[in-house]
Amino acid sequence: MDISFDLLMNAIVAGLLLGGFYAAVTAGVSISFGMLDIVNIAHPGFIILGSYIAYFINISFGIDPIVVSIVMLPVFYILGTIIYQVYYVSFEKRGQESLRGLAFFFGLLFVTEVMLILVFGVDYRYVEASYIGPSLHLGNVDFPLRMLVPCITALVLFGLLELFVTRTFTGRAIMAVSQDQLALQLMAADPIRIKRIAFGISIATTSIAGALLVIIQPVEPSVGREYIGRVFAICVLGGLGSLPGSLIAAMLLGVMESLTSTFYGPSWSPAVAFGFLLLTLAFRPAGLFGR
Amino acid sequence: MNTLRFTIICLLVGVAVYICGHLLGVGYVFFAGYTILQFVVLSSAWNILGGYCGYVNFGSAAFFALGAYSTVFFYKFNPLPIPVLIVIGAVVSGIVGLGMGYLTLRLRGAFFAIATLAMAVVLQTLVVNWTYVGGSRGAYIVREETVSIFGYSIEYIEYLFLLMLALAIVSIVVSRTIARTQLGFGFATIRDDELAAEALGVPTLRLKLIATTISGALMGMAGAPFPYYIGYLQPASAFGLEYGVNSIAMPIIGGTTSWVGPLVGAILLGSLQQLATVTISSAVNLLIVGLLLVAFVVIAPNGLVGLVQERLRARRSK
Repeated sequence: MDISFDLLMNAIVAGLLLGGFYAAVTAGVSISFGMLDIVNIAHPGFIILGSYIAYFINISFGIDPIVVSIVMLPVFYILGTIIYQVYYVSFEKRGQESLRGLAFFFGLLFVTEVMLILVFGVDYRYVEASYIGPSLHLGNVDFPLRMLVPCITALVLFGLLELFVTRTFTGRAIMAVSQDQLALQLMAADPIRIKRIAFGISIATTSIAGALLVIIQPVEPSVGREYIGRVFAICVLGGLGSLPGSLIAAMLLGVMESLTSTFYGPSWSPAVAFGFLLLTLAFRPAGLFGR
Repeated sequence: MNTLRFTIICLLVGVAVYICGHLLGVGYVFFAGYTILQFVVLSSAWNILGGYCGYVNFGSAAFFALGAYSTVFFYKFNPLPIPVLIVIGAVVSGIVGLGMGYLTLRLRGAFFAIATLAMAVVLQTLVVNWTYVGGSRGAYIVREETVSIFGYSIEYIEYLFLLMLALAIVSIVVSRTIARTQLGFGFATIRDDELAAEALGVPTLRLKLIATTISGALMGMAGAPFPYYIGYLQPASAFGLEYGVNSIAMPIIGGTTSWVGPLVGAILLGSLQQLATVTISSAVNLLIVGLLLVAFVVIAPNGLVGLVQERLRARRSK
């Protein structure tokens, strides 16, 4: 195949922008799955929920989706703490988190999806904002703003999270709980409270990720399923619980998907993430940058 | 009760079900009954890996779809009688089950579950891009109106119903037999503590492979007649998430520790869904499944069978 240099450059840039967005999608799972060991398969479901809230308010009142998502952060945070409380009381406390906890989140994913179908139907929905449409040009390379804005927002979100986890007391406590829960208890900190906060933050990120998703592409309720594979692929690839690792993995996956869909057609691109996930799990379960 | 006697009883029950269906005289009974029986097979199959060994498989739809698509392949290539296709579906899905077992042997718990989900999407992408079996446009299967068995001519849907009834009996017998033999005890040790089992010399690796193979083969069997039932098969319907959800929800709602749970769960939930589809809408019936799954996991972790057992125990101790 004749691969022109411009096409290649454009594909790589598009992939990097996409990767930035994937990083925002994965940030929450890096916390819940990577640090707390909670396999929240329903994470993409909450992202779609965030997309629909952003869509609904954007269409009704014309408010920018990203602004909406930031306003909605506390709501998602509270939702997250409630879910963690249910999860803790019914599974973690009884020591049954593996099988039943998985089924619980799987059920939640399904319920959110069907609820959205019942309320909004299965049509594709999209938002309106000034930065959807135009793009910047640098030489022969295009930077579509609808990709650039989400990517930058995602990177800011990611940076703030990394600062929070490494610099603040609560953030360090979250890292500590992921390493040794008992030790934290001996230091007179309540691991359950810390985990509740962490899970709340993890769900709160879905509000922003959802708004970014609906900016990048039209959304319908079952889109979330594709993201299950991506999210966990990135999380595992980047080494569990490592935020910088998952950022690099997200960029890598974004570029690979973009190259695949440019040169082989978009119908193959879902297989890239999942195929990569399968191979990583089979040959290097600790991830590329694993501890 | 030994296996032979149990099988005979199952067959008698099966015959009784068929006669009852006939007495009702409504063709739709067989149409709805087929779906319920299909779920009996799927949930029993899921339970062999999920309930006995404790390995959650989210990719049931993939095995089901493999069975269905091997039928489509042979339909295009050279049509074969459905019982042969069922065997082929079982072999194909069994082999993939074995392969998946090999690929994911090192993974425990959540990783295994995610890997099965990933496998389902990879297989779906392959089928979508495989134009011979219809690709994303789907494939039409033309079936005859009637079929003659031993000189009797019966409606095609009845024929499919009978086949699925037979498959349901096979899967129940297989799942009960496993639970009562050494294999089942081996599976239970994996579920309870895999590391300890391995340390005591239980060949956990081989047992897990056996479980993924049997479970996959049974799901493939359930999928093989599906194209003839539905008439038009497309990847989105064969790989539908509802198969994955149902085959998890049914055993968990029924109870995962024995062969009874999946059967009870599939019959109850399957009938409920058929009722909801006819009376309300198909989206609502999926919502019911999801909500029931979440509710049962939280409130009654041992399912209906567990609830009944607790009640009996409480009465006995009184």
